[in-house]
Amino acid sequence: MGWQWFHRLGSPRWFYEKTDAWMPWLAVVSVALLVIGSIWGLGFAPADYKQGNSYRIIYIHVPASFLALAGYYTMAISGAIGLIWKMKLAEAVVKCAAPIGAVFTFIALVTGAVWGKPTWGTWWVWDARITSMLVLLFLYLGVMALQEAFQHQDTANRASAILALVGTVNIPIIYWSVEFWNTLHQPATLKFTSESTIDPSMLYPLLTMIVGFYVFYAWVLLASTRSEVLRRERKTRWVNELAAAKAE
Amino acid sequence: MGLESSVTSPTSAEGSLQAQPLITPSIWSGFWATFKRDMLIAVRHRGEMANPIMFFLMVITMVPLGITPEKGILQILAPGMIWVVALLATLLSLDGLFRSDFEDGALEQLLMSPQPLYFQVLAKVLVHWLTTGLPLTVMAPLLGVMLALPAEGFLPLVCSLLLGTGCLSLIGSIGAALTVALRKGGLLLSLIIMPLYVPVLIFGSSAVSSAIEGFPMGGQLAVLGAFLAFAIMLAPIAAAGALRISVNG
Repeated sequence: MGWQWFHRLGSPRWFYEKTDAWMPWLAVVSVALLVIGSIWGLGFAPADYKQGNSYRIIYIHVPASFLALAGYYTMAISGAIGLIWKMKLAEAVVKCAAPIGAVFTFIALVTGAVWGKPTWGTWWVWDARITSMLVLLFLYLGVMALQEAFQHQDTANRASAILALVGTVNIPIIYWSVEFWNTLHQPATLKFTSESTIDPSMLYPLLTMIVGFYVFYAWVLLASTRSEVLRRERKTRWVNELAAAKAE
Repeated sequence: MGLESSVTSPTSAEGSLQAQPLITPSIWSGFWATFKRDMLIAVRHRGEMANPIMFFLMVITMVPLGITPEKGILQILAPGMIWVVALLATLLSLDGLFRSDFEDGALEQLLMSPQPLYFQVLAKVLVHWLTTGLPLTVMAPLLGVMLALPAEGFLPLVCSLLLGTGCLSLIGSIGAALTVALRKGGLLLSLIIMPLYVPVLIFGSSAVSSAIEGFPMGGQLAVLGAFLAFAIMLAPIAAAGALRISVNG
């Protein structure tokens, strides 16, 4: 009985109508959390004793990095659902999650570079984490390129789902080997300030931002998927009725 | 194209087909048939076989020209450079892995055959490795000499390439299968597969450089062996799934 919602997801129309009511809530909550978190983190959290004010980019960098990885798993799990149950909605999610995840990965890389300049003295360091983030970005770009390359949407869906799954198997291996590579070539002289020792006055705004980013991600992903669903279902009656109702 | 059809002619006499029940050949004989057929095609196209090796040789020649002929610097670059170029040579050759079979319809026959696609893909990848990965491995010591690789580096270079090129062929077969139906799949194939090559490259070149620095290389080679075992297990499954999508889509 608890699985009914899952079967209903098979209907793009049900999904579209159901999420219609969620969208304003997601928008309000994510904007509120992001605004509160930013003001709290940038204005009221104390400055770091070593890094001064430059550490404050953590409030964007860390949540974006979280979502860069979570976004990939969202994409891969949707791909698996699409391959196994042939669920149209999951296939649309794979397509929409790729560019969003790529943007978050890019934000994480750019903020990392901006943060690296005052603290490490260079824009780019071949640090293990940065490098694996870069590889993650490449994985996203590969899925996006494959998605674009096919003429038939159905082939594109399944091919990019397979690639996303292959990438998922590889991500832990890539992270682990990049970690190995870095420790072999240069001793770990550069480290992020350890997260477990962060002061509560800095931690709470960070947690606010992380939750805010997650809600924001859900909002953007749903909005993107909704428009993708409309595009793919544009020849069905319910979409035409919807368009007619909107036009009036 | 004409060569291939003559190779795959059925072994049983045509007249006896209606009298006998259909016999499904064993997995091994299916694997062996595909292996033999692909090997024969590869041997008949010897020129194509030489291309990745020539690419390997030429790019390595560019390195001293582009950077410096100085021995000390080349020595440092050698392990990584040889590995990166081997990786690129494999990538360039991968595009042809399923393409000619896709174009002349042999791939559809393969998909329709009662044989498990896993072993058919494995046979094709094995032939690809024997015709690119193995020659690259054999060539590598010569290029090591050209790049002034220290003497301790030669054995680990050959060992790591032997294990690593197998991984490269297997992982690459997924990309080749995904892009086989695309007209301009070659560059896309490189884009989607290169990030997946990162672990192999790291452990391959670090086996060589740590042996040069006097450390044992067994650990890295063991990891490469583990990658290879893992890839033999999983990559043909993914490639087989991708082939079904590409051919039916």
